[in-house]
Amino acid sequence: MSELLKVPTMAEFMAAGKQPEVLFWVGCAGSFDDRAKKITKAFVKLLNKANVEFAVLGTEESCTGDPAKRSGNEFLFQMQAVTNIEVMNAYEIKKIVTTCPHCFNTIKNEYPELGGNYEVMHHTQFLKSLLAEGRLTIEGGQYKGKRITFHDPCYLGRANQVYEAPRDLIRKLDAELVEMKSCKSRGLCCGAGGAQMFKEPEKGNKDVNIERTEQALETKPQIIAAGCPFCNTMMTDGVKNKEKENDIAVMDIAELIANAQDL
Amino acid sequence: MDYLPQILFAIALIAGIGYFARNVKKLMRNIKLGRDVDVSDNKSQRWKNMTMIALGQSKMVKRPIAGLLHVIVYVGFVVINIEVLEIIIDGLTGKHRIFSSAGAIYGFLIGTFEILAVLVFVSVIVFWLRRNVIKLKRFLSSEMKGWPKNDGNMILYFEMVLMTLFLVMNATDLKFQAMDSGNIISQHITPWFSNFSEHSIHLIERTAWWLHILGILIFLNYLYFSKHLHILLAFPNTYYGKLTPKGQFENNEAVTKEVKMMMDPNVDPFAAPPEGAETAVPAKFGASDVKDLSWVNLLNAYTCTECGRCTSECPANQTGKKLSPRKIMMDTRDRLEEVGKNIDANKGEFKDDGKQLLGDYITNEELWACTSCNACVEACPVSIDPLNIIMQMRQYLVMEQSAAPMELNNMMTNIENNGAPWPYNQMDRLNWKDE
Repeated sequence: MSELLKVPTMAEFMAAGKQPEVLFWVGCAGSFDDRAKKITKAFVKLLNKANVEFAVLGTEESCTGDPAKRSGNEFLFQMQAVTNIEVMNAYEIKKIVTTCPHCFNTIKNEYPELGGNYEVMHHTQFLKSLLAEGRLTIEGGQYKGKRITFHDPCYLGRANQVYEAPRDLIRKLDAELVEMKSCKSRGLCCGAGGAQMFKEPEKGNKDVNIERTEQALETKPQIIAAGCPFCNTMMTDGVKNKEKENDIAVMDIAELIANAQDL
Repeated sequence: MDYLPQILFAIALIAGIGYFARNVKKLMRNIKLGRDVDVSDNKSQRWKNMTMIALGQSKMVKRPIAGLLHVIVYVGFVVINIEVLEIIIDGLTGKHRIFSSAGAIYGFLIGTFEILAVLVFVSVIVFWLRRNVIKLKRFLSSEMKGWPKNDGNMILYFEMVLMTLFLVMNATDLKFQAMDSGNIISQHITPWFSNFSEHSIHLIERTAWWLHILGILIFLNYLYFSKHLHILLAFPNTYYGKLTPKGQFENNEAVTKEVKMMMDPNVDPFAAPPEGAETAVPAKFGASDVKDLSWVNLLNAYTCTECGRCTSECPANQTGKKLSPRKIMMDTRDRLEEVGKNIDANKGEFKDDGKQLLGDYITNEELWACTSCNACVEACPVSIDPLNIIMQMRQYLVMEQSAAPMELNNMMTNIENNGAPWPYNQMDRLNWKDE
């Protein structure tokens, strides 16, 4: 399958004297984390299917600086930001799509002041727009009638008020969307934000991802849908902790849509 | 000697308002100790937020039970205070119920006040039960022990007493009862006093009247020492609240300057600093004490009424970590008060007391437990932003003290060296395509 993936780089576009329609910002998790790489590929399959002229930065991409900033290292964050902005401005990037809400938030909100002004979309928003333009069709396929609950990523939901795009896509799968008791603006964090992903949690009586997984399990889902590679890891670990990994899958929305069309 | 009550009234009024004004000035001075920030933008959006969130209580009702009860007490408080205007005019002129000549309108108004007074009384009882009998979890956190708990109850007692006095004052006002207009509740209380002589009833009416207005003046002055200050500060606080997306954390300008200098190929790194630059105190990165925070952070701290919605929504707190966003706000306020008292005691000059917000009030453990998820910011009914303070303090820990947990230092070293939080080579970034 993988040999069929078309993943052109910005450098290649530049060499051909062309501009892509959109830059796909893959992000560190999407590039290196084994689980997240599957999300990246699923999204690329959808982009290929819809004939979207996209490009990636490839080896010219570097961490947005989000975990550095949230850890308090503003200096490292801004160094990362200005370096990335320099690269993207040199390529005259106008529009960016990313599968990571942290990259999405940082580039969309924190880069403009440092000289990086782009239209930034989360992949669920982008897929929804492809659907609206008729460039992509969604069928329920294997997910028809399945109980799916959606875990709101903090940096997509509360941070940027994107609640409906991922839910609209789930509904398009003809799946039964069930909500957790804390959802949308009151969605509980998975526990990875603010650079917690990269450290042991402080002392407490429970891990945040376990608490959130319990809330998800209360809805008796067959699938827990996520829209963030870090949430995905945290929820997957939570489901394993509850020994439910054989019954409940944690899937990114891009994966659900790609799988539904047997891509 | 007919003027004696009027003179006493004027003295009480001037003393009450005067002392309050003095404390408001102190409050403003303390808030201005904060770093200056420009919040003069988007005036129309700011007015809209204030109208919706503070005046319209739009975020209070997100929790319907507490929200509805609060709306009753809030509306009651605002509306019944119209009556205070009459009390003040009566007190200064020696007249009795000066507005009563308005007839039916007056009756309608007082009737409304009486109904509200009963509703407020009932709501306040429910509030008291929630704090003391039902024992809701968010009122039992460790930061709520001692004064904060007593303060919360004290406010409720004040309100119960003030509402009772208002109704007794009306019930024992025989002239008002004779008008038989607007005494919708108090007419049922009047019979309780049927065994008293007319003189005693008049005495009770006067006592209730005096205690009512003195109680209001005392309550007004209690505000400064209490979490109840929110009834005033909620308005400016929602006006100056954050307008950008919640995920947008401000970029530290001092850092931007340094980064720009580093990136500028024309800067001579060995150039001598310009004249006078040596004496300038270098900017401190992040915040370790209240004066490093912005004045909006400090206004936030005084506005907090310790309801604890932030803490009850906090993922770290829910899972037993030490972090409580409410405590971050209370600590900031308590430290600011301490700094203010220090300034008062030292003739307007702050004398180093060897203490600071970081360490003496807020521990590193609390700061590192935050997931930056914005649940606390979303939950606050008056637009307080505890996350902003946490992030400024993390900046201080990392950029001034290099005191990040080891794993975070590793993560940051990785970003510095290879552009990802994990130790992977940047040149391998596109390998996924062929895997």
